[in-house]
Amino acid sequence: MKSDTFPEAKTMKSDTFPEAKTMKHVAFLDVKNLEVIYTQNKRTVRAVNHVSFQLDRGQTLGLVGETGAGKTTIAKACMGILPTPPARILNGEIWLDAENILEIPKEKMLRIRGKKIAMVFQDPMTALNPLQTIGEQILEVIELHNAVSRHEGLKRAGQMLELVGIPAARHVEYPHQFSGGMKQRVVIAMALACDPELLLADEPTTALDVTIQAQVLELIKGLREKLNTAMILITHDLGVVAEICDKVAVIYAGQIIESGSKEDIFDRPAHPYTIGLFQSLPRLTAAEKWLKPIEGMPPDPTDLPDGCSFHPRCPYASKECALAEPDCIEIGTGHFCRCTKWMEVRTCQMHP
Amino acid sequence: MSDAPLMEVRNLKKFFKVPSGMNHAVDGVSFTIGKGETLGVVGESGCGKSTLGRCVIRLQEPTDGHICLNGKDITHVRGKELKRVREQVQIVFQDPYSSLNPRHRIASTITEPLKRSGRFDNKSQLQEEAKRLMALVGIDQRLQQSYPHELDGGRRQRVCIARALALNPDFIVCDEPVSALDVSIQASVLNLLMKLQEDMGMAYLFVTHDLSVVRHISDHICVMYLGQLVEKSPTEELFMRTLHPYTKALLSAIPSVDIHKPMQQIRLRGEITSPINPKPGCRFASRCPYAMEKCQEPQRLEEIEPNHFVSCCRVREI
Repeated sequence: MKSDTFPEAKTMKSDTFPEAKTMKHVAFLDVKNLEVIYTQNKRTVRAVNHVSFQLDRGQTLGLVGETGAGKTTIAKACMGILPTPPARILNGEIWLDAENILEIPKEKMLRIRGKKIAMVFQDPMTALNPLQTIGEQILEVIELHNAVSRHEGLKRAGQMLELVGIPAARHVEYPHQFSGGMKQRVVIAMALACDPELLLADEPTTALDVTIQAQVLELIKGLREKLNTAMILITHDLGVVAEICDKVAVIYAGQIIESGSKEDIFDRPAHPYTIGLFQSLPRLTAAEKWLKPIEGMPPDPTDLPDGCSFHPRCPYASKECALAEPDCIEIGTGHFCRCTKWMEVRTCQMHP
Repeated sequence: MSDAPLMEVRNLKKFFKVPSGMNHAVDGVSFTIGKGETLGVVGESGCGKSTLGRCVIRLQEPTDGHICLNGKDITHVRGKELKRVREQVQIVFQDPYSSLNPRHRIASTITEPLKRSGRFDNKSQLQEEAKRLMALVGIDQRLQQSYPHELDGGRRQRVCIARALALNPDFIVCDEPVSALDVSIQASVLNLLMKLQEDMGMAYLFVTHDLSVVRHISDHICVMYLGQLVEKSPTEELFMRTLHPYTKALLSAIPSVDIHKPMQQIRLRGEITSPINPKPGCRFASRCPYAMEKCQEPQRLEEIEPNHFVSCCRVREI
């Protein structure tokens, strides 16, 4: 089949993500062609390769992918906290509200970070200072960004704790006095203390039990409605993505290999990797005895395969896949896929 | 379960002394596991499920209760006898990063139990055995002389499984073996565990907080809440007919990958009862939407349906 049978399918060059051209208005967060490498012992790890995406206020983007796919690196780049060295941003722009984060001087960035952009880190056990009470730690963010007295600041810290379901009176306690779920909520309270416009949440619920996870997700949803916060949610839990994201980007070997609305990705996945991810999940409803893992291992980021980085594991791969990096194709409105064989894949999915 | 169960646990208790009293980590748990069966244990973190797993294989000394393996009481065995028990029961830990000795090569990690047991003393035999075990769990032979840090999480967990299999045990405790792994790797490790069970017929006690994993792999499921079993039932029955209010809340909280079925979550309110010196009544009562006065009295597991046990005095009314 040729792509002209599908009028909406158009091919773009791989290094410019096409969404930027099709949309007229300026997105709140616009990441363009981001490329990040880590150098260590003279080896180069290509962590993020030509990643572009956009996000509006009030929207939530889910970044999905395996460990080491580059999800956290993307978030840290947006926050301007990539450790350089070993990291180096080779290329790209990150526009937040018409300002390129990568060009903002350090001192000014200090005022933006924590206020305009906030991040919830993955591991609440290590994100908190064990020697400071949680009230002090939340207060620190508030005092840094607002001209408030200590008293007012503490009051605000107490309010934030109440917001995440922890009694304000407990602000005098130390992190070890809280359970894992509560610590995670403290970290969230801290991130939200200055009403950020962009929230980066790196696996905010991975360390939590399902019942607590449900509470945290509820909380995040509520805040989004109240404050119209734009959010990037990094996770490998597709259930969580289904629950709160509007848009999804699937990352493999530092590249967005498929992106689109939640419905696009969950109902009409087109990339063989995305399909493989869904098939490998044990489902509460499925009756099959054997799970279907994706064959093979994620590629070595210091030595990415030629052509499509997924082709060594891909059941649909052919010779051409190893030759050229596939372009990003718009296969439906706002639904992008980096696979030349998406039509064949889809046909196979419909008529197995 | 045809004949005598492989493992029978009766009224198992494990209390920890803490400054403010006794932490009732496991409080009166009973269950049986038949040969080649899988019993899933689910619950929130801190509910005592890992402690339970460690107690039944005598990694921790139970405070009270009985553990019978193959009809023999192993609760208090010591010395040589305990060593023999250890050959029959093994464990796979949650974190494949910290449960392998970073300074031991893969082959030597896998054959360590064999050396300890004294079953093999000759080097070439050990090497053969290491090869066999690595093939069994699907690790490349070329990795024999690698160190754990050279492997990814999935392969490390396979090494842990190979080590647990080395002595051909009857019973393996799997303490969250896949929760540190990515979904696609998780799927292959789960497949491996089920394949091995099919071929070798050992029983698993599968401890996890992931309900979709537990449903996939278990024959029976125990739901734990603060050290006590609140519901025990065959897997399908539990999901078809959930009876205990806690299990209901737990199941409703799982985010589904089906985006067209919004989550109908039962919100739990109230404080979690402290497991330190708990009162005699139902421990879930403080968060339970159906709690009444009579919930303050001690609860016991009742067989509501055949083989379906629930510990809730109001289960028939709800």
